[in-house]
Amino acid sequence: MKFTFSWLKDHLDTEKSVDEIATTLSAIGLEVEGIEDPAKLLGAFKIARIVEAKKHPNADKLQVVQVEIAKGEPLMEVVCGAPNARAGMVSVFAPLGTYIPGSKITLEKKPVRGVVSNGMMCSAAELELSEESDGILDLPAEWADNVGARYIDVVGLNDPIIEVKLTPNRPDCTGVRGIARDLAAAGMGKLKPEPKLAPLNEAFDCKIPVKLEFTPETADACPVFAARTIRNVANGASPDWMQSRLKAAGLRPINALVDVTNYISLDRGRPLHVYDAHKIKGALHARLGKNGEKFLALDGKEYTVDDTMCVIADDSGPLGLGGVMGGESTGCTPETKAVLIESAWFDPVRTAATGRKTGLVTDARYRFERGVDPASVRPGLDLATDMILKFCGGEASKAKVAGKEPIEERVVPFDFARVEKLSGVKLTETEISNTLTALGFTISGKPNAAKVTVPTWRPDVHGPADLVEEVVRIAGLDRIPATPLPRQDGIARAVLTEKQKRARRARRLLAARGFVEAVTWSFIPKDQATHFGGGSPALDLGNPISVEMSSMRPVLLPGLLTAVTRNRNRGLADVALFELGQAYRGEQPEDQYTSAAGVRAGTARLSGANRHWDGNANPVGIFDVKADVFAALSALGFDPSKAQITRDAPAWYHPGRSAALKLGPKTVLAYFGEIHPATLKALDVEAPVSAFEIFLDALPPEKKKSRAKPALAASDLLSVTRDLAFIVPKDVAAGDVVKAAANADKTLIRAVNVFDVFEGGSLAAEGKKSIAIEITIQPATETLTDQAIETITKKIVTDVKKATGGELRS
Amino acid sequence: MSTSDVLSELETSLLAEIAGAGDLASLDAVRVSALGKKGRVSELMSKLGSLPPEERKSFGQTVNTLKAKVSDALDARKAVLEMAALDERLKTERADVTLPVRLGPVAEGRIHPVSQVLDEVVEIFADMGFSVAEGPDIETDEMNFDKLNIPAEHPARQDHDTFYFSPKADGSRLLLRTHTSPVQIRTMVAQKPPIRIIAPGRVYRMDSDQTHTPMFHQVEGLVIDESTHMGHLKWVLQEFCKAFFEVDEVKMRFRASHFPFTEPSMEVDIGAEAIGKPGQWLEILGCGMVHPNVLRNCGLDPEKYQGFAFGVGLDRLTMLKYGIPDLRSFFSGDLKWLSHYGFSMLDVPTLGGGLST
Repeated sequence: MKFTFSWLKDHLDTEKSVDEIATTLSAIGLEVEGIEDPAKLLGAFKIARIVEAKKHPNADKLQVVQVEIAKGEPLMEVVCGAPNARAGMVSVFAPLGTYIPGSKITLEKKPVRGVVSNGMMCSAAELELSEESDGILDLPAEWADNVGARYIDVVGLNDPIIEVKLTPNRPDCTGVRGIARDLAAAGMGKLKPEPKLAPLNEAFDCKIPVKLEFTPETADACPVFAARTIRNVANGASPDWMQSRLKAAGLRPINALVDVTNYISLDRGRPLHVYDAHKIKGALHARLGKNGEKFLALDGKEYTVDDTMCVIADDSGPLGLGGVMGGESTGCTPETKAVLIESAWFDPVRTAATGRKTGLVTDARYRFERGVDPASVRPGLDLATDMILKFCGGEASKAKVAGKEPIEERVVPFDFARVEKLSGVKLTETEISNTLTALGFTISGKPNAAKVTVPTWRPDVHGPADLVEEVVRIAGLDRIPATPLPRQDGIARAVLTEKQKRARRARRLLAARGFVEAVTWSFIPKDQATHFGGGSPALDLGNPISVEMSSMRPVLLPGLLTAVTRNRNRGLADVALFELGQAYRGEQPEDQYTSAAGVRAGTARLSGANRHWDGNANPVGIFDVKADVFAALSALGFDPSKAQITRDAPAWYHPGRSAALKLGPKTVLAYFGEIHPATLKALDVEAPVSAFEIFLDALPPEKKKSRAKPALAASDLLSVTRDLAFIVPKDVAAGDVVKAAANADKTLIRAVNVFDVFEGGSLAAEGKKSIAIEITIQPATETLTDQAIETITKKIVTDVKKATGGELRS
Repeated sequence: MSTSDVLSELETSLLAEIAGAGDLASLDAVRVSALGKKGRVSELMSKLGSLPPEERKSFGQTVNTLKAKVSDALDARKAVLEMAALDERLKTERADVTLPVRLGPVAEGRIHPVSQVLDEVVEIFADMGFSVAEGPDIETDEMNFDKLNIPAEHPARQDHDTFYFSPKADGSRLLLRTHTSPVQIRTMVAQKPPIRIIAPGRVYRMDSDQTHTPMFHQVEGLVIDESTHMGHLKWVLQEFCKAFFEVDEVKMRFRASHFPFTEPSMEVDIGAEAIGKPGQWLEILGCGMVHPNVLRNCGLDPEKYQGFAFGVGLDRLTMLKYGIPDLRSFFSGDLKWLSHYGFSMLDVPTLGGGLST
């Protein structure tokens, strides 16, 4: 919504500056998007007269001119390239230091082919007034009297243009008068009374019938349609003042009849339409469209209507879309001799839907979809009639009104105390009542039980909270005292849930293990989703922004692997990335789960990546990520040795070098391992990648323990270690050997550590391997005799053999 | 030669030999020749038996004294020789102290700026008694729009703003939440006031350009009780901005605005002094008193309960506070960007220790 300052002053009696007005507009909810003040851009350009013009001594196409820039001042020497520059010419001069908007330069003092120019003579293009750049502005000779004056003052360009971004709840402010009303209420001046129109001589009956043809269910599409014809008009150009205001608002003046409707739309928020009455065939019908009907709109394009759209038709078919755009066939041209003015009311929801379907964005739609004041139907018609008679002459018919304005009187019961209760600011009853009155509300009854009638132009106000908003936004939000929120006694309490705390901890633990946290898209390419066990149609977006972002991710890995490739393409191959976030097994809330996933690519190992004098890093493998998982779970208060390690990680992991960590058969705590080569290929990832996924929601809640730690059970007795190596079949898991050894004496054996695994040599041929373990035996109460130790050792050997078939290596 | 002369001579000679031993091996040879089983001092002791009883005692004492002297001299010499040997060895043990070392994983790892800033925000609101509420990304029209007083014809509900899933058999469609407000709804439905929550999370809108991404992060706040008003809202936002930007004063400008779910509604600008760019205003958040219709939709009586809600872009806060230029990089997984703008795991924001220091 754009308008000029002088236009605003048509409705608002004010001494305030543009800046004060703009600040207030923004404060009261009419956000100023910009002020185009020609004085700021073009204020330096002055009327000047060329006294003398001579050829430049060193350049054929240049002249050196002597310019009078102010009465009685010395002449200025200026180098000028314009072919039309001549002695006696009145034009526009820009002194040094001026910013030239058309060429986006600031004038500096420097010689042009050896002659110093003390400024510049300007073309219309340099002032961005038009495209004209053939020569400097050639102003009327009599303007020589104005030498030294600001160009914008002389040509009347000094009217700042204010652009307001309206929120959708304020249809009343789609007209300058509505904005003036808000400003007046906010103390920025006085709202001028509506100008009185000259008494109208309605000379004849409007001969064109106007029919509303709706069913009772669809009657709200266009409940009222008022029309009047004016005959014998001469449709020339509209007055200059109207044209310049329309231009300032961003509209192109067309002819007087059309300009009047556009002007009233901007001035009063009341859209109108004019038809060439002679081109209407038969009657005017307001009705819903019929599927497949077509019409040529005023924008020169053909539109097909359907049965949800409100059309205005004549007997030959649709002419235009009610409340959106009129038709070419009945448009007013300079030849128009009789005009029919339409002032109707169209349903906001239907108008918006029609606008969206057709893609038409028009000033009429902008207003009707917000809700035009239904009481403006007749006054709008009369105002248009008045202007047309003034500009184009002619005789007006009687008004013809089909239907009735949809005016419902809305009365809001209102206790003035509500203002303070909701806003926290104490205002006097007088101020509250004055503010509402200034905005057009009428109040009856006592302040603690008032009845407030809402004006017809405020469809957005329904209840007491709306009235409080009206009062406080006009009173000024800065008057609301910042009031401390009462706090609970004492120190702030912890607020995070256990899951939230775990997520925080997991993040920092993974970062501590050298991972860099990434945040990747929740939606991924469909083929990736499918590859990772997702891709169900229920999780496909109906309107994705691109195919790369079309399917909700079933797991976090695709985004991380894609990032690995992207980084590799930028020369970074050794990457450790993690993400902690949500993924989706289905579309229901309970299907969303939180996962912490990490990838290690290349040689990005815990101890460091790449080559190093102290030892090169090996490529990442399953044990790197197993360590990550175990470290993370431990950090989250879960002992990973309590979980089972199984070999059923999903298909995107290497079948032999991956595992699942489970609690019972169903609860998966984590997967880890090397990524399947086929998956790497499918995602275009080079280099080895190992990855893990931890399912944070699956972790059992931490048992409520006493905060006090249990007593330290440390024995003063020295522990004893024994090394045992077993030859086992190749497929025996080291974990089983460890478990059997550890369980041989649960009280005395404190730790079992695998210190060597050997699969080579002659063992390989036999399908066997050697697993060497170190056993730490911790006596509790007394030093163990050699015999006692021997007994334990023997039991270990027996138990390991029973469990794994392993023989003690001799 | 008297016995004492012999002893004296022996002492002199032994001490000279000890002093003259150039290395540990020759010192040991002296030790053996003096104190070994057949050593010269030991041999003197074996003479003890052949002496008259009256001389035995004094001879024994004298020899013992000699033995002690020699033994001490050997120890002292040994210490000197060992020190010299050590010095000699250490001279050969020389590291190139300029060789580079690995800084280890803690130096490499990073927390994403958005996670870090969320931790900061949580810290601030926890102090004001807000807990953290979460909800699903995939929502219904009812939760994302209807209950929030956003009517069916509202432009935000049209395809061009909202990501929808394909319609189900009954015509209903799920969507990706366009704000975290559904979490407010879920909270109000599940819990009676007083309510103080913040709701952080991912939100989705069909926008993609220099300053918009189809996915971004929001934090919304909600306070509902019987007396919380706009003054409290102002205070909470002021205190938040001061704490978050870690400055003593933040210039704030409250402008009337319109949102379907709040009434009255405000937009809030902060003076860019807070981020070291004086003279500009930055629009940072929208807020207001929860609309009576929203309260009603959640089963709360607007005559009894009232309160405020606000929403702020977490990514935008991050960009403002830490001078990050491009929103799109947030989600690119670009290691260079993450390493540069990310945070060490040791940078745990606390109110006591400062959020960012």
